[in-house]
Amino acid sequence: MKLKDAAHLFRLAGVFAAGILIFILVRSYLVPKSFGQYGHFRGDALTEIKAQPISYAGHQACEACHSDVLDLKSKGKHAQVNCEACHGPLAKHADDPGGVTPEKLDTAKLCVRCHEANSAKPKKFPQVASMEHSGGLACNECHTPHSPAIVTEGGKK
Amino acid sequence: MNMTRRHFLVLLPAAALAWENILAGAPETATNYHTSEHWWGMLVDIEKCIGCGSCVRACQKENNVPDGYYRTWIERYRIKEVNGVETLEVDSPDGGMNGFPSSNEPGVKEFFVPKMCNHCADSPCTQVCPVGATFVTPDGVVLVDEKYCLGCRYCIQACPYGCRFLHPQKNVAQKCTLCYHRITQGLTTACCENCPTGARQLADLKNPKDPIHEFLRTHSVQVLKPHLATGAKLFYNGLDGAVR
Repeated sequence: MKLKDAAHLFRLAGVFAAGILIFILVRSYLVPKSFGQYGHFRGDALTEIKAQPISYAGHQACEACHSDVLDLKSKGKHAQVNCEACHGPLAKHADDPGGVTPEKLDTAKLCVRCHEANSAKPKKFPQVASMEHSGGLACNECHTPHSPAIVTEGGKK
Repeated sequence: MNMTRRHFLVLLPAAALAWENILAGAPETATNYHTSEHWWGMLVDIEKCIGCGSCVRACQKENNVPDGYYRTWIERYRIKEVNGVETLEVDSPDGGMNGFPSSNEPGVKEFFVPKMCNHCADSPCTQVCPVGATFVTPDGVVLVDEKYCLGCRYCIQACPYGCRFLHPQKNVAQKCTLCYHRITQGLTTACCENCPTGARQLADLKNPKDPIHEFLRTHSVQVLKPHLATGAKLFYNGLDGAVR
């Protein structure tokens, strides 16, 4: 076979090579640099998701300053309840303790969120029908929220 | 500086390497967090859940979840017998955000089931994504790349747990991120931080010191829809057979 007869094959190969080259160029331009860094996704997406600001500072941040509350709380029934579960998101307060101060809480509304009697709650969980129990009186009139058991002369009630 | 041609040629490859690094962008700021050292999941203790809705409220505030959509929610199951037939009622008013009204109906089995993304190891939602916008990270969290998501809703249909929704303004799929921005900083998730009874606990399955291992060894723990083999990592203690 003469080389001249195979010329059309070389032309075809040239077209293929050009096609592949264009594909590689376009692909490298369109696919983000971080794609495939960790898997079949854009690695930078992780950095972007991590950059979201936090609202809840976490109890470690609270305890760094409010060690007195921690001492009181650790002896009572609310030892396992984290600060922001009642006080709300306070990352801004943790960043700027003087500038942002937490709101005062209304215990008449706050405590019943957990302690209002409900037939679906676990039976062991302390719960009251708040209207019968206190008639709408704020809970902190009798209980200390950080250590809620009432200590009477006869012992803990 | 006296630079001969020989020196210049020797320095060229080094300069090329340096330029490559500049193009690749600044190296990741050094943190103590390495994705390969973690494998996240969560433990939910049904026997401790009081249905107060703290987790739902915390999630909404932490993640700016649009009103009426929930990345985590609480269901109340009520199982009773009507004419000898066991009937099941499930409700979740506002995702359980503001608690539940008491039913006080005698003879009914009632309990709360907090739900959220199961962060499946073999998740159906990531498999159907046509553009690679949703993925499982090397530390086992299922996330959505909002810049890549087309809003085609395939993943929303594929999730057997109903954990995804389309953001009404952004038109991209959204879901629980397991507070990825928090757990990579050493904090726990917003829902776990705010659970007053400790019914929810973040678990790192690759950390041998995590109490999850002792808990899994000593309790009968289940996942939802195990027959789908999704590799769910949301472990439930005390789960009733009626829960789906």
